[in-house]
Amino acid sequence: MSLELQCPLPLHNYPTVTMGHGGGGRLSQQLIEGMLRPALSNPALDALHDGARLALGGEQVAFTTDSYVISPLFFPGGDIGALAIHGTINDLAMCGAQPLALAVGLIIEEGLPMETLWRVVQSMQAAAREAGVAVVTGDTKVVERGKGDGIFINTSGIGLIPPGIVLDPRRAAPGDHVLLSGPIANHGIAIMSVREGLAFETALESDSAALHGLVAGLLEAVGTHVHVLRDPTRGGVASALNEIAQAAGVGMSLDEAAIPLDEAVRGACEMLGLDPLYVANEGKCLAIVAPEQSEAALASMRAHPLGQSAAIIGHVNSTNPGRVTLRSRIGGSRVVDMLSGEQLPRIC
Amino acid sequence: MKYVDEYRDATDVQRFLQALRQVVRRPWTIMEICGGQTHTLVKSGLERMLPPEVRLVHGPGCPVCVTPLELIDRALALAARPEVIFTSFGDMLRVPGSQQDLLSVKAAGGDVRIVYSPLDAVKLAQKHPEREVVFFAVGFETTAPANAMAVYHAQRLGLSNFSILAAHVLVPPAMAALLAAPNCQIQGFLAAGHVCAIMGYEEYLPLAERYRVPIVVTGFEPLDLLQGIYMTVELLERGAWGVENQYVRAVTRKGNQHAQRIMHEVFEVRERQWRGIGPIAQSGLGLRAAYAAYDAEQKFHVATIKANESPLCIAGQIMQGLARPPDCSAFGTQCSPEQPLGAPMVSSEGACAAYYQFRK
Repeated sequence: MSLELQCPLPLHNYPTVTMGHGGGGRLSQQLIEGMLRPALSNPALDALHDGARLALGGEQVAFTTDSYVISPLFFPGGDIGALAIHGTINDLAMCGAQPLALAVGLIIEEGLPMETLWRVVQSMQAAAREAGVAVVTGDTKVVERGKGDGIFINTSGIGLIPPGIVLDPRRAAPGDHVLLSGPIANHGIAIMSVREGLAFETALESDSAALHGLVAGLLEAVGTHVHVLRDPTRGGVASALNEIAQAAGVGMSLDEAAIPLDEAVRGACEMLGLDPLYVANEGKCLAIVAPEQSEAALASMRAHPLGQSAAIIGHVNSTNPGRVTLRSRIGGSRVVDMLSGEQLPRIC
Repeated sequence: MKYVDEYRDATDVQRFLQALRQVVRRPWTIMEICGGQTHTLVKSGLERMLPPEVRLVHGPGCPVCVTPLELIDRALALAARPEVIFTSFGDMLRVPGSQQDLLSVKAAGGDVRIVYSPLDAVKLAQKHPEREVVFFAVGFETTAPANAMAVYHAQRLGLSNFSILAAHVLVPPAMAALLAAPNCQIQGFLAAGHVCAIMGYEEYLPLAERYRVPIVVTGFEPLDLLQGIYMTVELLERGAWGVENQYVRAVTRKGNQHAQRIMHEVFEVRERQWRGIGPIAQSGLGLRAAYAAYDAEQKFHVATIKANESPLCIAGQIMQGLARPPDCSAFGTQCSPEQPLGAPMVSSEGACAAYYQFRK
């Protein structure tokens, strides 16, 4: 007897997995929508949020997992250890949850210097302590030399969602304002500068940080008026907003001049031909908020050390369902599409 | 940001648009040569702010787009060889060959690496004497001097494991070919500022004279383009022709002569195939005999690989200004960035990519 498994993705296109499938753009979305979601479908997964929302004994619990495969392991402004703590806390925070506990899986490549491992673990310890969240369980595996990139980390987390808080991309409604907690693209550009050996006059640092404190303040200030939260990691602000627009069947219009961007990062993006809207962040939060409470939400974000440059960058509309548009600095208009695969630096 | 914000000022844009509206009387078709200019026009929304009399058509100045399919196939064959480290600028990785692209070759185990400078590829060759490092030398006159320098440097270092797959093209012969075509609709050109930063603009003077066409050397920021368009329209409305320089902050009449010298030391002018357009005499650069040892096509015997284009793709017409991306029946349907039929859909300077990404 033979068993035939029919792959639901169009194989003529990509018979093998490419890096673009992990880039957070349209290819990633195709992989999720074409293969993973149909295969594993259930109501919690189908919400396609940063984490699942589960009802457990009268409490609303957020549950999430994320894997960290970054190279290099240490970069300006952070390292894989701190990132593995921050990233998973942020996934919980984007569900509106305050983190309760984390689980960490280490996949270590044979030959990794013990000193390096120790630095990573110390960094995890410091990040978890600063965030006030404990790593309560874990697992360690070692793979043969050449079968891993030094160390991979998987971090899962659970958190409690306060009563009455329901954050869901599908709640974005026409008229809502789009808030961003601070300057974008710092993480992606910092990584690229070390990975590709690019030297800039100004030190560019990753924005890696845990956002649950900022989110707690925001929910305390405006509560249920927050409709959606999302941390724009891989694929950047553009991909995150496109996903929300598609999930809610609404359009969004952004104002390019209002989007916070550090000068040094902007310069690097101009030089490399990269659009900062598609570059990864690890300590930023997008909030879709009811218009009558957006100023209060903005004030709450700005009162937190991680949200001092927060800004209202646009609003939700009903004119172009599923589409994000942008008013350029010169007053023109364009579509901000989802990224296809990875952004690649240009020739000249 | 200095040298950027001044050229993206909304008030100045309105001022120039007003001036343009005052000078334009009749409809004009103007071609911007460079794909970088096309992207600024579409990304900033400038194209849609122009008076209706000004019609812009998008030129062949996307090096990725005009690289012939068979050369891409040769690159793919080289990249798949186990001894080869294949180095390239990022743009080339997604360009479709007959069967696959460089990203797929990489996913299947090929050692494909992005470099920012061709000299980084030379450094790789020094670092890995046991491997063969091949650099995909793509581009117009803008990248040719740096690529020539890489070969020159490799020879001086005595490296025998470095070579380039040369795919260089030149702008003026392509403009001459476009103007000589019987169905040419182009009445004025925005010449590519970066190409002229290297080459100067003297070689455009005979073209402007012979075809009685205005050619304005133009930069890449929204206000550069707007000023370039204004200068072109002003000439057209007066019935005048000639070469003018909008991009004075980067371009001089003679260009960068050091760069030209190294380029002519290593390369010689040859006939070249342009993807979608065909062969154009004296329009490309190949390695001189003294540097033949650095020619990857000869070294690895891949020059015999031939290929045929998709019959659906109208990239050639788009790059000659005879059609625009939405005119293509495959645009956004059979052809998208995930499943491209032609290079203009995936290059960062490709006209189809600009329309798909910013206008769709």
